[in-house]
Amino acid sequence: MKGYRKYFLNKVGWLLITFVFAFVLNFILPRLMPGDPVAAIVSRLAQGMSNTTGVQKIYQQYADLFGTNKPMIEQFFIYMKNVVRGDFGFSFSQYPRTVADTLKSAIWWTICLQFPAIIVGWLIGNTLGALAAYLKGGFDKVLMPVSIFVSNFPAFGMAVIFMVIFGVTLRWFPTSGGYGFDLIPNLSWGFIWSVIVHYQLPFWSIVTIAIGGQAIGMRSMSIYELNADYVKYSRFMGIKDRKIVGYVFRNAMLPQVTGLALSVGTMVFGALVAEIIFSYPGLGTTLLNGVMGQDYPLISASTLIITVMVLSANFIIEILYGIIDPRIKASQAD
Amino acid sequence: MKHTIQQVFHSGKFVVGFFIFLALLLIVIVYPLIITDSPLQIISQGTFFEPGIYVSVYDSIGSPTYTLNLVDAAAKRIASKLSNDDRLAMKDWLVADGIPESQIDINNIKQLLDQWVNNYDPTKDIEGMTNAKRQYYARVNTSLKGILSTEGAAIAAINPQTGALEQTGVVKLSDYVNISKVANVRVLPLGTDNFGRDVLTELVRATGVSLEIGFVAGIIATLIGLTLGLLAGYIGGFMDDVIMFITNLFTVIPGFVLLILISFSIGQDKRGAVTIAVVIGFTSWVWTARAVRSQVISLRNRDHVNLSKLSGHSIVHIILADILPYIASYVVMALILQISSGILAEASLSILGLGPRTTEVMTLGLMMNWAMIYQAQILGKWWAYFPVLVTIALVTFSMNLMNTGLDQVFNPALRD
Repeated sequence: MKGYRKYFLNKVGWLLITFVFAFVLNFILPRLMPGDPVAAIVSRLAQGMSNTTGVQKIYQQYADLFGTNKPMIEQFFIYMKNVVRGDFGFSFSQYPRTVADTLKSAIWWTICLQFPAIIVGWLIGNTLGALAAYLKGGFDKVLMPVSIFVSNFPAFGMAVIFMVIFGVTLRWFPTSGGYGFDLIPNLSWGFIWSVIVHYQLPFWSIVTIAIGGQAIGMRSMSIYELNADYVKYSRFMGIKDRKIVGYVFRNAMLPQVTGLALSVGTMVFGALVAEIIFSYPGLGTTLLNGVMGQDYPLISASTLIITVMVLSANFIIEILYGIIDPRIKASQAD
Repeated sequence: MKHTIQQVFHSGKFVVGFFIFLALLLIVIVYPLIITDSPLQIISQGTFFEPGIYVSVYDSIGSPTYTLNLVDAAAKRIASKLSNDDRLAMKDWLVADGIPESQIDINNIKQLLDQWVNNYDPTKDIEGMTNAKRQYYARVNTSLKGILSTEGAAIAAINPQTGALEQTGVVKLSDYVNISKVANVRVLPLGTDNFGRDVLTELVRATGVSLEIGFVAGIIATLIGLTLGLLAGYIGGFMDDVIMFITNLFTVIPGFVLLILISFSIGQDKRGAVTIAVVIGFTSWVWTARAVRSQVISLRNRDHVNLSKLSGHSIVHIILADILPYIASYVVMALILQISSGILAEASLSILGLGPRTTEVMTLGLMMNWAMIYQAQILGKWWAYFPVLVTIALVTFSMNLMNTGLDQVFNPALRD
């Protein structure tokens, strides 16, 4: 148990350090660019808004919020204080809505879409990969090229193809939005059904993308393990095949868990872009709106939240990994 | 060296990937030499023209005509004007009129038309038919009159003196022009896009630009990763700690977030293809650095390296002569993967609206982005997005095949 606590504390430490760095980068990157950010913001406002009182108010607010006339360190603390209170300022493109208000709903759409999709994709992918390694032959011959092709296919491409086949040609599912555009979010059956129907295409396109890469990884890990000495030894000992396979896949799974932790960032990026294709009301679409409306506060807050989401996902996976892999405890105990 | 290359080219996967890639590269290089139209030139008025051969109507009137007596010409002409729905409606009318359904064949246009002409009577009152439907039949009937005419169309010009129309010629039904005799013919194999540009020409140029972006991004990422990995792995100590700290940080902080923040901060006006490539390169070196470091650590204490150290060679010499050759194969593989992920990163970034400026260059991502903005996928304009997707998939697929092939050559354990 002591070994595990050490591992846990180490991971918590890393989580905090990376979070601080991500936060600082989120603050400092735009300010490293030449020019005064507030001035740049105001010059962009002319494109995004026509409401002059709004422009005035936003200029005032951001001059206060960023405190551009103050030294960088002080600006940072002002920014931090505001963010801790959940105050990301006003959105330029959707004034007078605040950024926090815009993001509040988007976060849940994204979490409910991406989290299950990535987990399901990971599970299916690993099962298929393990089967391909174990069954070999025709199944492997078909699955592998398809997986390689799918995993190289851009996430947005898969989204577009799903949309054209199932949304436009077959008309099984609606092509865009998170729910019917004629509905107001409430808890009626009609609304829930609409959400479920709109959920399918984005969900399955993200799942498909996740399957490909995972299947390839799991297959090669399983082949490696199936040829390991302990498998041969167990066979000589006359242990049943079924039992050996159980051990093999448990061992092959472990690197795949780390693999998930490391690829979660890329997957989330792909999924965000897929959201855009389906105009799903999540963070991806919010990000796009931010870019289109030259809405700096919205983008900055979205990227911060996405970073936090990816960091936490990583952290959770690594903690779970510590629990399921006994070697972690052993290595930390030394 | 020669032996290694021979070995690499014995790998089926590598060869397939290599040839797909080479073919794409050749097209990108050769196509602009043959078809010299500017890829960004707007040639059509209107959006999303279908793929096909566009023949100037004006020029074809003036070109020499040839008489061809083709049997099915009339039927084809009618078929192209009479939609399937119209034909079904005509059948419904005829059935209601009392003709047995078995005698009507909507695919046999000649017979259908004969039946229609003989039986249709606008004044006849069919039970249960709405007025709108009756008028629809009347409209169909009028449009058929034009199709059934056996005389040609007259060509007239306005007389500049009197302002009256004067007939200058007649186009007979059996007149044909030879496309090669028409002055202005434009082949648009993939139609035009939302701006009215030739999609194929644009696609070839965009593939070139995307490959450039991939190469620049890949080379930058690999160089940074290689340098940091070598320094951390070989020199070790404090240097290693610092570099590993940074590397670990950027492993966890998602690279695409930095990519989005930097690209947005640069601003639309300053984002060119090269800028984007550099930004992608600077945000994707982490994996190379980690892998190079771990390989260098395993090489550091080998006998030949120690011997080199004892002989008093400089660090630079040791790295270049005793370590680099051993990790070269890995670095090449990493470079290939970096290039392909660089191309994908650019495409994803463009869909977010953070790609290079549209006015100067076209990239695969930008083409995709514009097709999506104009809803080509919902309107069924497949030529605007599908070829782009296929190209992206081919590029990344070929590179990954090469990579898998190389991997099998250099890691014998992975061979099937």
